Amino acid sequence: MASAMEQLYQQVILDHSRLRSGERSLEHPHGESFQVNPTCGDECRVQVRVTERRLTELGWTGKGCSISQASLSVMHEMLEGESFDDAEELGELFRELMRSRGAELEPADQQQLEDLSAFTGVAKYPARIKCALLGWMALRDAMLQAQHD
Amino acid sequence: MSELLDVSGDFPLLGRTVREGKRLVYLDTGATAQKPTAVLDAERGFNERHNAAVHRGAHQVAEEATEAYESARAALAQFVGADFGEIVWTKNATEALNLVAYAFLNATLGLGGAEANGFRLREGDEIVVTELEHHANLVPWQQLAAKTGAVLRWIPATADGRLDTEQLDVIGEKTRIVAFTHASNVTGAITDVAPIVERAKRNGAMTVLDACQSAAHLPVDFHALGLDFAAFSGHKMLGPTGVGALYGRAALLEQMPPFITGGSMVEIVTMEETTFLPPPQRFEAGTQMVAQTVGLHAALDYLSDIGMERLAAHEDQLTALLLEGIASVPQVRVLGPTDTRDRLAVVAFEVDGVHPHDVGQVLDDQGLAVRVGHHCAQPTHRSFGVHASTRASAGVYTGAADVEAFIAGLHRVIDFFGVGA
Repeated sequence: MASAMEQLYQQVILDHSRLRSGERSLEHPHGESFQVNPTCGDECRVQVRVTERRLTELGWTGKGCSISQASLSVMHEMLEGESFDDAEELGELFRELMRSRGAELEPADQQQLEDLSAFTGVAKYPARIKCALLGWMALRDAMLQAQHD
Repeated sequence: MSELLDVSGDFPLLGRTVREGKRLVYLDTGATAQKPTAVLDAERGFNERHNAAVHRGAHQVAEEATEAYESARAALAQFVGADFGEIVWTKNATEALNLVAYAFLNATLGLGGAEANGFRLREGDEIVVTELEHHANLVPWQQLAAKTGAVLRWIPATADGRLDTEQLDVIGEKTRIVAFTHASNVTGAITDVAPIVERAKRNGAMTVLDACQSAAHLPVDFHALGLDFAAFSGHKMLGPTGVGALYGRAALLEQMPPFITGGSMVEIVTMEETTFLPPPQRFEAGTQMVAQTVGLHAALDYLSDIGMERLAAHEDQLTALLLEGIASVPQVRVLGPTDTRDRLAVVAFEVDGVHPHDVGQVLDDQGLAVRVGHHCAQPTHRSFGVHASTRASAGVYTGAADVEAFIAGLHRVIDFFGVGA
């Protein structure tokens, strides 16, 4: 059986931390948010361009650990082009996963998480949950900014 | 090479396992030290026999508690080369540093009468810090500058993480305060205190030393160093958390208005105004952490029995082993001096292509406890062009086997993330 650490560093996570899907700055974003993890100084900026409550473009820049960078990369793959409602629903599901202490969610939910289900093992390490959620905090804030525009 | 110390058996926590049965290798002493049985017993013994509030009450137990509290002060004064009345108990070093910063602020606001003139800042006065400070010896001075109109300047770090002694002329005639670390909690570099104190004195500036890392690992003598103030914490010296101290030159403590005010630090209180006790009580408001001072006293006895010279020699050997082991891993860059001269067994490093959190996670999986992050020293990290690092730091209980396990752990990090050459 894989050790807790091997469950933490799923291949999907290691791959995405190198792939860095969506890492770019957007011209004229409708919303953007800069977030810092105070324990390590890791930071990310998420920018969104929006048409009728849909994330037509999602870009991010940042520096951080494999968990935080992979989380941003998966977020971009799953949410660019999707509606606000879908983004909010997936974000809520991911936050629920991070509160689960390493237990899987209901099968239907776990399936809906797609590549994000690889982060299940992160929730066993309280110090790393913030890493996984950093980009998602930024996304939620960037979407709020875009709505106020 | 002399024999390394072998005292890990005195530290109960080091006998535990972590992460499913792995031996704990504790290399995070720079953050907080583990405590020997003697310290745990002293605290418990105090609470079982002598616990009472100090400096009030006339009953026998209160007398005993006061005696224990003040004898810990005497022991600490002797340990760091100070007089009895020059040691102020604080809850940690951060509070001790703020105590000094707030004395300047309160004096500048007009408190403390004519006696406090030496602590009044004027616009354009300068406060000098360094690029190697822990946030605790940087942020309070930034705040003081912002509140008073004083200008904050700093001595930069060199590429290998020492203070740049070529640039001490930052200290000049406008300088009123020079606050600097005795040893960096990131690079491990030990500061040559004498030229800084000399330059500060020549310009009429007061000196404030952050001795958190040094007092726990080296013999220190604040009088011999000619310092005005020094701050340090008990928990890094094998003592309990919740107790630290400020050393202040007696004549200066006399002139300082208080920081935290309330009970226990007053003479006469009327509805309109209050007069304050002389130091050190003037700076010890509220119910004190008596059991912790007793625990720290036991820690000082423990360290004195070993001898600080012997401890420093032990740690010098560990520094050499750490640096030598790390040098065998080409993907690792040390943030700090790579020679053992004037250096503590505190080694921060980066692993090429692997974030510190990930380094720490793989080490933790093998039972190796290290620090990851910016270690409360973001500007120091920035001076190396990084925003975080991994740090291994040794102590009295660290042995050669611990260093070997750590170096093996680094190789595992390289393999795991596939960043081998």
